[in-house]
Amino acid sequence: MNLKMAQQLRPSKSASKKPKIDWSRREEADNFAHTVKLYRQGKIDHDNFRRFRLQHGAYGTRMTDDYAMVRIKIPAGQIYPHQLEKIAQLSEMYSIGSAHVSTRENVQLHWVVLEDVSEIMHGLADVGLTSREACGNTVRNVMCSPLSGVCNDEEFDATPYAIATARFLLRNPLNQSLPRKFKFNFSCCEKHGMTRIVDVGLIPQIRKLDDSTKQHGFKIFLGGGLGNKSFVGHQLEDFTPEEDLLYTSIAVLQIFDRIGDRKNMARNRMRYLVNEMGWDKFKNLVLKERTIVRATQSVIIRLNIDKKSNEIKRPISVSSENGSIPDGYARWLKTTTYKQKQEGYRAVFVTLESGDITANQLRAMADVTKDFSAEGFARNGFSQDIILRYVHESELPKLYSRLLEVGLANSGSLTMASAVGCSGTSSCNLALTNSHRLAKEIQRKFLELKLDEDDDLRDATIKISGCPNSCGQHEIATIGFFGGGARVGKDMYPNYSMSLGGRFDDKSMLGVTCMRVPVKRTIHVILKIIELYKKNKQSDDTLSRWIDRIVHGNESSEIKSVKDMQKILSPLVIPPSKDDDPDFYADYGSDTSYHTVTGKGECAA
Amino acid sequence: MCSLSNEITHPTVDVDAIRSKINDISVRLIDVRREEDYNQGHIPNAVNLPLASLLSGDSPESTVKLFEELGIADDTKVVVYDDTFGALASRVAWTLQYIGHKNVALLEVTYSQWKELGLKTSTEKPNIKSAKHSLNLNPEIMATAEYLEKAKEKDNVVLIDNRERLNFLEQHIPGSINIPYRTLATDGKILRTKESMKNLLKNRGIPEDAEIITYCGSVGTLSGLAYYALKSIGVPNVKLYVNSFKEWKKLEKPIGKQENAAYWDLSAE
Repeated sequence: MNLKMAQQLRPSKSASKKPKIDWSRREEADNFAHTVKLYRQGKIDHDNFRRFRLQHGAYGTRMTDDYAMVRIKIPAGQIYPHQLEKIAQLSEMYSIGSAHVSTRENVQLHWVVLEDVSEIMHGLADVGLTSREACGNTVRNVMCSPLSGVCNDEEFDATPYAIATARFLLRNPLNQSLPRKFKFNFSCCEKHGMTRIVDVGLIPQIRKLDDSTKQHGFKIFLGGGLGNKSFVGHQLEDFTPEEDLLYTSIAVLQIFDRIGDRKNMARNRMRYLVNEMGWDKFKNLVLKERTIVRATQSVIIRLNIDKKSNEIKRPISVSSENGSIPDGYARWLKTTTYKQKQEGYRAVFVTLESGDITANQLRAMADVTKDFSAEGFARNGFSQDIILRYVHESELPKLYSRLLEVGLANSGSLTMASAVGCSGTSSCNLALTNSHRLAKEIQRKFLELKLDEDDDLRDATIKISGCPNSCGQHEIATIGFFGGGARVGKDMYPNYSMSLGGRFDDKSMLGVTCMRVPVKRTIHVILKIIELYKKNKQSDDTLSRWIDRIVHGNESSEIKSVKDMQKILSPLVIPPSKDDDPDFYADYGSDTSYHTVTGKGECAA
Repeated sequence: MCSLSNEITHPTVDVDAIRSKINDISVRLIDVRREEDYNQGHIPNAVNLPLASLLSGDSPESTVKLFEELGIADDTKVVVYDDTFGALASRVAWTLQYIGHKNVALLEVTYSQWKELGLKTSTEKPNIKSAKHSLNLNPEIMATAEYLEKAKEKDNVVLIDNRERLNFLEQHIPGSINIPYRTLATDGKILRTKESMKNLLKNRGIPEDAEIITYCGSVGTLSGLAYYALKSIGVPNVKLYVNSFKEWKKLEKPIGKQENAAYWDLSAE
């Protein structure tokens, strides 16, 4: 028997489903390697190289030119088992043995030697993935709600439209050199996507025509976005038929490309353009431009929408030892699973601490996807999580056991406990604080206190950014934080600005600034807010509703306004002297006194 | 079968070659796992040499004796394997070369991979007849701290750290570059293909005619694997800093560090 035969005789695991689209281009990897060489030899200047690097999805790293972060685009968040396995391998070979799932459905590999980035690109090409246009002034990963296709409130599944849009725009000359980055989010319904805080947000809608036929289309929101200054998007028109989806997208991109601000990097996202021009004027411009785009296409271009539904086929049940159900199952079931519109199936939200996942856990995710998901792939979510859909209800206890074995069975993914934190000082040049670690600390505290089981807290969120830019999406959180520094005499300590009442549903609004909270007091303050809520709540109330009333001045209890809240919390945030409490002056993850160090950001490069 | 003897360009032997040589008494297979693992099953006719036994030897003479007791003579063809990415096997193979043994190679797969291929294993222990082995030290494949400190300042010397990235970021020998040991393997084999290994060096700007010194955490296992990865593409001058970072720290030599970043908090461990 030769080796080949031996390999064929290996017991084979259930075959994994393969994606229909190959997003990669292998020659880009070689080109990247070559360009890095030229840069190191001084034949390409720093600014040009940086633009090139970002275009290919390699972001700079805190305080060093030697390392990069590779952002792998996962269009619509759909990720297949063999892709998870490949990312696991790449993380061990070229990164830190862990990967990071972002708030925009990307997967990031941090602390990669710049010279190894091309090796990662080759590895990604093996499984049809790309990092192209994941950074830089391009259309970034096209997102889609992880519940699209299974959501109880959706009118139709937007996933094929998100994929087709991503396919149309990737490497398209239309978006290779925009004034600034540009984001598309597709949702399933009002609740589950973040359609009003991006450049283009889309919610699927069906309209009945006079002859009672049904027409598919979208509610399109333009000009939203989070950042140093944030805006909520505006709805373009009542209904945009699906035929106009592409024309509208092109029209908006062309307008932004043509008249967007290319000088002032701090204020050149499209939302600023919309704000300065005024919504009505911008809207008319889009509608006019769309008419021109529709009328002047030299060849008819269409989105290539694959409406063939995915095959739903329950994996053959793995030998059931039908042992007892492990402890914590009920809590996990309640706080991490969503009943799909498809009878008998649930979507399981696997929470990751600040989005971090080890290579072994990625492999385990690949295995459970094959063994439990009847659609055969997983979806990355909006909250640094991974969602496994089409899990048959009868299989849930077994899935729980499997996730438990690899440390992926934390409860609370669909509750306030799963705090979001951007990468902060763990890798980002702009960060002032370790927001990444703070989110982990908060999540651990919430789980320890079993706050994930509290229905009153369920629909509230905590989101943290390490600087005023909003990668951690703090402005749309019920309780949001962004990092900075403060001083007592000459001693610095990490300090967060706290905002209250942000939301991203049909009543989207940005959080209202409340007060500054030193990092080592953030957990105390959050718990105090919960305590105050419990004391003042109405019957059948939730924390987010209570805070919503406070920020709108509609609350009748002792805390009527954000100011009242600030007054009650202020004793908690008084800095002790450094001698009394040196720990107060150190950030999480650091045993030395805090000082701020930042480099140049690259969002704007 | 392919030759086991060409140590410069073929530091590994393939599975088929070993399968056909299992009963050949001129070949000695060494299993570098713990004794209890070996006792539960090993490649037929392999002898057991836990790494701890090798490291307990305090002189080249006692090391020679250890190999003699495993029946290894000057002309015995030796093939080494483990279940730890090939790192422990590399350390044993390197030691054999260091005492002057010419004909030694690594099995291209680990024991787990061997089993996954459905190949034969056994619990039987082979009869070992003690042999005679000479001692001809091969110092040019070893680096001491003292040697390293001087050499690393030279232009054509490259120092490679084979520990994981986070450990490297936290502390490393100044001037070293990091190639984590996981980078050296490929799907199902302990070493990359020659082509991809060459490509890795090319991307990193490491000339193949440089003197390359490898080190890792404590006893030169992970960096031993790197030694053979470099040998597999014919790099002529490779040295193992066998006492590695543990000794370097103990000697209180200078240490480099990536400052002002909380990279550990990105790990999900």
